[in-house]
Amino acid sequence: MRKLLLLTSVILVGLVFIARLFYLQVYDNTVYNIFEDNAIRKEYNYPKRGYVYDRNGKLLVANQPSYDVMVIPREVKPLDSLEIKEFCSLLKITREDYDKKLDRATRYSPRLPSPFVPQLSKKDYAVLQEKMRKYDGFYIQKRSLRSYQTNIGANVLGDLGEVNRKTIQNDPYYSLGDLIGKQGIEKTYEKTLRGVKGIKFIQKDRFNKNIGPFKEGKLDTLPQAGKDVTITIDSELQAYGELLMTNKHGGIIAIEPSSGEILAMVTGPSYNPNLLVGRDRSKNFTKLYNDSIAKPLFDRGLQAMYPPGSPFKTLNALIALQEGVVTPEERFSCALGYRYGNRKMGCHHHISPVNMNIGIYESCNSYFANVYRRIMDKYDSPAEGMDNWSKHIKSFGLGNYLNNDLAVGQPGKVPSAETYNRGYGKNRWYTTFTLSNSIGQGEVLATPIQLANMAAAIGNRGYYYTPHIIKNIEGDTIPEAFRTPKYTTIDKRHFEPVVQGMYDVYNKGTARSLQVKGIEISGKTGTAENFAIIDSVKTQLTDHSIFVAFAPKDNPKIAIAVFVENGYFGSRFAGKMASLMIEYYIKGEITRKDLENFVLRYSLEHEYEKPYLDEPFGINRQTKLDPIEEEEFQNLLKLKAEIPKS
Amino acid sequence: MIRENHRGFKFDWVTIVLFLLLVGFGYLNILSASHVGEVTNYFDTSELYGKQLVFLGLTFVLIIFILSFEAKFYERFASIIYLVAILSLIGLFIFGKDVNGARSWYGIGSMTIQPSEFAKFATALAVAKYISDLQTNMTTLKDQVRVAAIIFIPALLILLQNDAGSTIVYLAFFFVFYREGLQQVYLVIALSLIILAVLGLKFGVLITVLVVVTVLTFVYFFRKKKRGSILQYVAALIVAIAFSYGIKLFYEHGLKTHQQNRISLWLRLEKDPAKLERMKKEEAYNLIQSEQAISSGRITGKGFLQGTRTTGKFVPEQETDYIFSTVGEEWGFIGTSFVVIIFVVLIVRILYLAESQKSQFSRVYGYGVASILFVHFTINIGMVMGLIPTVGIPLPFFSYGGSGLWGFTILLFIFVKLDSNKINEW
Repeated sequence: MRKLLLLTSVILVGLVFIARLFYLQVYDNTVYNIFEDNAIRKEYNYPKRGYVYDRNGKLLVANQPSYDVMVIPREVKPLDSLEIKEFCSLLKITREDYDKKLDRATRYSPRLPSPFVPQLSKKDYAVLQEKMRKYDGFYIQKRSLRSYQTNIGANVLGDLGEVNRKTIQNDPYYSLGDLIGKQGIEKTYEKTLRGVKGIKFIQKDRFNKNIGPFKEGKLDTLPQAGKDVTITIDSELQAYGELLMTNKHGGIIAIEPSSGEILAMVTGPSYNPNLLVGRDRSKNFTKLYNDSIAKPLFDRGLQAMYPPGSPFKTLNALIALQEGVVTPEERFSCALGYRYGNRKMGCHHHISPVNMNIGIYESCNSYFANVYRRIMDKYDSPAEGMDNWSKHIKSFGLGNYLNNDLAVGQPGKVPSAETYNRGYGKNRWYTTFTLSNSIGQGEVLATPIQLANMAAAIGNRGYYYTPHIIKNIEGDTIPEAFRTPKYTTIDKRHFEPVVQGMYDVYNKGTARSLQVKGIEISGKTGTAENFAIIDSVKTQLTDHSIFVAFAPKDNPKIAIAVFVENGYFGSRFAGKMASLMIEYYIKGEITRKDLENFVLRYSLEHEYEKPYLDEPFGINRQTKLDPIEEEEFQNLLKLKAEIPKS
Repeated sequence: MIRENHRGFKFDWVTIVLFLLLVGFGYLNILSASHVGEVTNYFDTSELYGKQLVFLGLTFVLIIFILSFEAKFYERFASIIYLVAILSLIGLFIFGKDVNGARSWYGIGSMTIQPSEFAKFATALAVAKYISDLQTNMTTLKDQVRVAAIIFIPALLILLQNDAGSTIVYLAFFFVFYREGLQQVYLVIALSLIILAVLGLKFGVLITVLVVVTVLTFVYFFRKKKRGSILQYVAALIVAIAFSYGIKLFYEHGLKTHQQNRISLWLRLEKDPAKLERMKKEEAYNLIQSEQAISSGRITGKGFLQGTRTTGKFVPEQETDYIFSTVGEEWGFIGTSFVVIIFVVLIVRILYLAESQKSQFSRVYGYGVASILFVHFTINIGMVMGLIPTVGIPLPFFSYGGSGLWGFTILLFIFVKLDSNKINEW
């Protein structure tokens, strides 16, 4: 027995050791990750971010260098108060900031780098660089910030911001302090623009000194520069659109129908993209974000859903022709409205009876009520008729996301039988219940970009290209989806009467005062009722002014939708702005100075203030035009003259 | 068996192959732990790996030298060898050189020699010689005291030189004494004292006393026939209480601060987070780094010369006491379990050979070799993985250092020689 004591001890110890080793090296299954290894320093080398050019090759966005002070908390050597004081004064922060920032970084991770003071100025950087060696655990990371070559297009271009922790968790490419596209093209083309950052692995010793490249630098990578992109925006037209939108809320979308390229994408009010660069970014962003009345971060061209109003009538005309329920010549009478049962849909004074042409250019409600009922009643049940109608409408890109390359968007709304079954009960509703759809009020909602796309589809006589913002990527092609036409459910031959009707809107209809010499414009005014909830009471405000157009009538070069909130009737603001945009784009100059002066001179700010004034106010007919100060007006004219020509 | 049929191969080749595996693998790890940048010259003696290569070369000369003596020589000269070793330890007080607070080295030119590494085999020889004497009877108190004195003298000298770690190694001889007839009761007492010490430190004297009372009561009622006088139990209890208090006093006042902290860390006695944080940077720093290095190796390791913490010298003393963490990082679980298995097989092989010796001298010496290797193996690897408190002793055949390598080589190869001679002894 005595022989066994040492023998069993040896074998026991051996087993315990192997069990412990198994626990340390195998069971504890955190995979070895070089990024977690604090014996290896990771040095990032950020590539040049791709430049952004407009469709005419004008540089819109370039880069500027920026220097972040980064910290790895566990490597920070305790500093005495004098050293901290000096360090703080170099960084231009207070002692409290120092403690707070260090604490926050430690809580995020003691091992991983966190930004300590981001985006130093070049001067601060030069001073600091000399002394950086004294502060263990801190280092300077060079990055590149955006440098905007323009003051326009904030909503188009977007901006860069520090990547948040959730993104880092989902995409290991990013580390804390990296910049990522937050809005606009920076967001949608982030991967194209950013390139790939290079990384150097450096072996450290336990005193945190670099002792050479890890594995002779075999794992190191070189940065790959981001690709330059050309966007479809015409920066001149964009600038002009933004100018016209001054003192107004709304959106303008201009599209080239033959390609789906977005020529201008205006939202009002907007802001200067330079506000969201550098150290003041978060301060400025918060200010913009908190402006809940003007909502400058809300892209009204893409995100605002309005009832489309009269321009929508053109689609009902097209569907009626496609379904064969009317001929262009068939006439309906209109006696200041359309009566059904004991109700009436009002109309304004005009000649009667009306055929399709007159119906469109006079925007006759009765005509479209009749047409709409014909479309529905062709089928045995209202539900069948509704679904068929809905299918036609949706083929114009309404009622769903456009699936394009813009960072934000809204689907709008197109009702179907299901919508009314839910509201009224299955099959317990009739065509008259949905009659408002005939004139674009009812349950239909659309964004300005959807209306512009609709205009493009009509101008093209039956197809459209998904509206998109990318024109060209350096050394790459743009997605196939943007190069394939999407056909509507309406045959080409049915478009001519509608296009002619829209042309006559300019010749003899609601927009005859907006003609531009030498350009054949087809368009359609619209006026949409506007309700808002004020102190939990549904209150009617001044109508939205809407205009949809394309020009020239044949082989159009531009399709446009303009939406001006509380602008009253269609030709009052939206129509004028559409004509001006079309003229500016096609001719490169403005002959209708009267229209321009009107749009620039009159502000709608007083309209937007009304609900907040706590006093009774008048709308529509009672509203008055409110001119701006002469000095400000002259300023706007000067701004217009300064729009750089390409 | 082969070695009996062929006179030229009478040595136990299993032991020799295991030895070669250990020193070979050990050298690779020392190279890894000590190189800075690219290795251009493996024989560069200004670098540790270069020196170790020289030590290794001399080791083979030493082996031939040891094996060329008559086996009887070691038995005959055991006392003289022991005496020389003791003198060399005493000489340290006059001629020794302080390194890291311990006066354990002789400096000869740029070379240093650590006599305590050689005292081990000398003591093993002396113990074997004394026990194998026909007059000796290990069950008598007289011989127990004398043989204890043989190990006590070098142990005390080494302790006085401030090398507590090497002192602990002499406890290894308990296994030898037990094998050669020391009464069972010593084993019971030894185990009881270890348990009492740990209990007392970890849970305090009160709980320890409660545990002791419970255990004694059980023993009293279960040993109906031979329960003996109740006074014996009371005496045992008093001794237990006194011992627990004694250990506590010793822990608080007898130990140096760093020793205290090592035990505190091991038993997790310190609760104050600020002090713990400080300990992590001081006493526990080595341990934390070494555990991290080992576990970062995962199953297959990062590869020879590819360990990031080894290359970055994150583990202090990695080429000496902490060499096993290099194995862990660069060779992974496969490498570490390989080393553990080789050690276990080597010790078991020596035990097997010792038991088959015909002369008692050879058997006792063989047991001494196995015990010393076992204690080094257990303490070193246990410490590097945080299983036992930090005790600075090398891993045999693995750790950097000439004295250590030669000390263990002599220890082992004297036994190989004794073993090869057993067919001549009838």
